[in-house]
Amino acid sequence: MSNDRVTVHNQIQLSRRRFLQVLAGTAGALVVGIRMADAADAPLPLAMLGDTFNDLGAYVRIDADGNVLIGARDPDTGTGVATSLPRIIADELDADWNRVSVVSLGLGVTDNNGQPRWTYGRQIGGSGGAIPAAWNDLRHVGALARWLLLQAAARRLGVPASNLRCDAGTVIAPDGRRFTYGSLAADASKIALPASVPLLKNAANYQLIGKPVGDVDARAIVTGLTRYAIDEHYGDELIAVLAHCPWADGTLAQIDTTDTLAVKGVLKVVQLKPEPGQPLGSTVIAPAVAVLAVDTWSALQGREKLKLEWKPGASGGESSNALEQRASALLAGKTDPTTRVRNDGDVEAASKKAARRLEATYFQPWLGHATAEPMNCLVRLEKDRASLVVPTQAPQKAWAVVQRLTGLSPAQIDIRVPRVGGGYGRRLDHDYVAEAVMVAKAVDKPVRLMWTREEDFDHDYYQSGSVHHLSVILDRKRQLLGWNQRMASASALAHRNTPDNRLWTSELHADQLPAALVPNYRSDWYALNSAMPRGPMRGMPHTSNAFAVESFIDEIAHSMKEDPLVTHLRMLGEPRELPLSVGGTFNTGRLANVLKLVADRIEWKNWLHSVNGLGIACWHIDGAYVAHAIEVAMQNQKLVIQRVVCAADVGRVINPLGLEGQLAGATLDALSTALNLAITFKDGLIQQHNYKDYPLASMAQLPNAVEVIVVPADDRPPAGASFLAMPTAAPALANAVFRASAVRVRRLPLMKELLRML
Amino acid sequence: MAPVQAQAVTVTSDSSIVPEKIRDGIDLEINGEHYRHTGDPQMPLLWYLRDVLRLTGTKYGGEHGQNGADLVLLDGKAVSAIDQPMTKLAGRQVVTVEGLAGNDGSLHPVQQAFVDEDAIGCGYCTPGWLIAAVDLLRRKPNPGDDDIDRLPNLCRCGCQTRVRSAIKRVAAGKAGQP
Repeated sequence: MSNDRVTVHNQIQLSRRRFLQVLAGTAGALVVGIRMADAADAPLPLAMLGDTFNDLGAYVRIDADGNVLIGARDPDTGTGVATSLPRIIADELDADWNRVSVVSLGLGVTDNNGQPRWTYGRQIGGSGGAIPAAWNDLRHVGALARWLLLQAAARRLGVPASNLRCDAGTVIAPDGRRFTYGSLAADASKIALPASVPLLKNAANYQLIGKPVGDVDARAIVTGLTRYAIDEHYGDELIAVLAHCPWADGTLAQIDTTDTLAVKGVLKVVQLKPEPGQPLGSTVIAPAVAVLAVDTWSALQGREKLKLEWKPGASGGESSNALEQRASALLAGKTDPTTRVRNDGDVEAASKKAARRLEATYFQPWLGHATAEPMNCLVRLEKDRASLVVPTQAPQKAWAVVQRLTGLSPAQIDIRVPRVGGGYGRRLDHDYVAEAVMVAKAVDKPVRLMWTREEDFDHDYYQSGSVHHLSVILDRKRQLLGWNQRMASASALAHRNTPDNRLWTSELHADQLPAALVPNYRSDWYALNSAMPRGPMRGMPHTSNAFAVESFIDEIAHSMKEDPLVTHLRMLGEPRELPLSVGGTFNTGRLANVLKLVADRIEWKNWLHSVNGLGIACWHIDGAYVAHAIEVAMQNQKLVIQRVVCAADVGRVINPLGLEGQLAGATLDALSTALNLAITFKDGLIQQHNYKDYPLASMAQLPNAVEVIVVPADDRPPAGASFLAMPTAAPALANAVFRASAVRVRRLPLMKELLRML
Repeated sequence: MAPVQAQAVTVTSDSSIVPEKIRDGIDLEINGEHYRHTGDPQMPLLWYLRDVLRLTGTKYGGEHGQNGADLVLLDGKAVSAIDQPMTKLAGRQVVTVEGLAGNDGSLHPVQQAFVDEDAIGCGYCTPGWLIAAVDLLRRKPNPGDDDIDRLPNLCRCGCQTRVRSAIKRVAAGKAGQP
C-alpha cells in the first residue's frame, strides 16, 4: 500500500516512537496502521520493533463491502504467524473472521535520505519473537479501527457510542438496528482521532484470541495453489542452477564449459566468488559456477556436463573427528576458557565441602538445516529497480544484500516474501540472494536461481558440534552446592562481525538451568577455530545445552538412587521469581509445574517399576517453560517411542491449535534430529549429500502422537513458542532409553550410539 | 537461444506444397486434460509440470524424490515425478495435487481431513503427503498404523502425528465433520 493512493488523515501517539495512523483508502475503505518514528533514546522493548522508522505499519483495511484485509508482517516459515498475528487485530476489532483475508506484507521499506526506513518495523520469522513483539501494537490497531467504526455508527444513529456494541463485523444499537463495518468504513475514515489510544478490550471478552483456528493458508496449501518463492515466475526468467566449490574457502582451478554450452537450452555460464571482507551469510557461500538455461531440465543437464577442477582452501585440512578431539583436549587441559560466561559464588571453595561429586562429558554432532524448500531466489533487475521474491526469514537483511550489490536507493528495491518452505535459521542468511543478484547482473533477463538438494546439503551454515563437560558438587542433604559447565564449540557468530567477547552467545545461555539455583555456579566456553561455515540454528543454544544438562541431572539422580523428578523439584525449590541476566525473570514454580504435569500424565509414579523406560526433562527460555516426559520400549535392538507428553507455559495463548502444532512439531523435529542426524566432514568435504545420508525420521521411527498440555496463563503476555519444545525432547528420550536399556547415551545421534553400546 | 537462420523458400508453380508434418509429441492426460509434450522426451515429468505447465503444486524434493514432495498419481499410483521421463508417459494418466479437488471446488476427503486436523507445517511437503495418503487409502481403505508408517514422506516441521490423524479421519468417514 503506497502513499500516493491514499491520503494521510490523522495519527495518535502510542509511545515516543510509535503512532497509530488512519488513512482513508480508495473506494471508501478504512485503513489503520502503525507508524514508527525515529527516537534516539527509545526504551528497550521498542528496539525490537526496528531500528529506524516508518510509514504505515502492520495494518488492517476494511472495505466498503465488509471484507477485511489484514497484513501479516513477519514471514511465515511454518510457525503460523500469518494466522496468529492477524487474529490479534481481528479480535480487538470484533471482526468476522470469515470475512478476513490475510496478505503477506512483503518488505516494508522507504527512502530516508538514502537510508532505509522499515515501514512495518520488525520483520523476522522463526525467531520465536513475532507474537511477543506484536502483542500490544496489533491490539491497538484493532482497537482504533473499532473505535472509529463505533463513532461513525453513533453519528449516523444520533446516540452516544457508549450505547453501541460490536459483534462479528457489525455495530449493534440498543434498539437492535445493525450496521455492517463495510457500510461504516468510509465515514469512519473521516473521523478525527481521539486524543489518546482507545481502551483495549477486557480479556474476558476475547472472541478469537485463545480459541483454536486452522492455518489461514490451509485451503490454498492442500489444493497446491500456495506459491512459494520457488513457484513464482516473472514470465521470461532464465533458470540458474549452480555447481559450488566443495570447500567454502576453495578456488576454481580449471573450467571447461564447452559441453555445457552445447546442451540445447543452455545460454550462458557465469562464475561467482565470495566478496572479500563480507561477513558470512551476506555474500556467496563458496565459489560457484552458475549454468543459465531456458528451463530447469536444460540447466541441470548443462551442469552435469561442466568440467571443473576445484582447489581446497584452509578448510581442506579439517575433519569433524579431529575438531572433536581438539575440543576434548581443550576441556581436558588447563588453559583458560575463551569466555567465562557466568561465575556465581566460588566453585573451588565449594568443592572442598563436597559430600558427593559427579562428572560427565556429552558429545553432539554438527547439524544442517535441511529445509524442505531448497535455497532459491527470483530476481528481476532494471535500471532503476530491483524486484525479488525471496524465501527469507529476515527480509531486511536480504534488502541489505541487494542494495550493496545493485547500489539502488532503498525504495527502488521491492522484496516479496511468500510463505516459506521451512527456515530453522538457514534463511536468516542470504548467500543465495547475493548469488541471484550477481547472476542477474550478468544477463539482461530475470533469473530464478535454484539449488539442487545436494547443493543444499553440501553448502550450509552448519551448527557446530560441541563437547560439554559437566561436574557437580552435592552436600550431605543432596543439595546442589556447586556446578561447573565447560563447553567447547565453534561459534555460529564467528566471521560475522561479532566481537570476540560475544562469540559465546550463540553457544551457551548465561541463565540456562541450573544457573541461579546453585550458589556456586560457573560456565565456561572454549572457542574452536574452524573454517567450516556456521550459522544460526533453530533452538540454539538451548538444544545442545539442555541435552547435556538434563541428561546430567538424570545421572545425578541415578547416582543418589533417587527419583529424577524428586531431584529436579528439590533443585527448583520453592516457587519464586529469579532475575535473568538478559532481563525478565525465571519463575521456578512455573517450571516445576510443567514438569509435574508431564510426570502426572505419563504416570510417573511407575517410573522405577515400568517395563518400559520413562524419562523427563525441563527447560526455560525467556519466560517460557517446557517439559517432556517420554516412554520408550526396547524390542530386541529396536527402540520404540511409545508415548511423548509435552507441557508448556507460554503466557497467554493466541491460537491453541497453532501452539499445539508448534509444540508437537518441534518435539518431532528434535526427536528426529536426536535419533539420526549428524553432519560429518573429512578433508573439509561434507559427507552427507541428501536425505539418504541425513535421514530425517520416518513415520515409523516417530511416536504416533504427541500429547500436548498447555498451561492456562492468561495473567501474562504471550511468550514465543516456535522452538520452545526443541530442547527437552532429546534429554527426555535419552533418560527414557537409560531406564529401558541401562545404556547411558552421552553422544548424539542416539541410535548410532545406542546400537554401538548395546 | 539458437539464432534463427533465414531460409530460401522455393515456391513451385504447381503449388503442390505439402504441409510439414506436425511435430511428434507425447500425448498424456494430466488432471483430466489432454496435453502434448513436444520437447525433450527425456525431460522428467516434474519439470514438465513445473516449468512448462506452471503446475507448481508438485514440489522439487531432490534426486529420486527423496522426501516425497514430488509425488503424483500415475494411473492411480503414487510415483516420484522427477523419476518419470516424459517418454514413458504416452497415453498415461497423471493426477497432481491440483487435480484432487472436484471441478466445483469441493475438496477431496483427504484434503478436507488435512484441513480439519491442521496437518500443515510450512506446507511445502504437504502436496506429497496428500498424494501418498490418497494412494494408501485407495490400496487400504482402513489402514493400520503399520501401513501409515510406510509412507515415504519426510517433514522437518513435524506434521507427522497430524497427518496420521488426518488419514485415520478419512478412513473413519469423518472428513469435514467436527
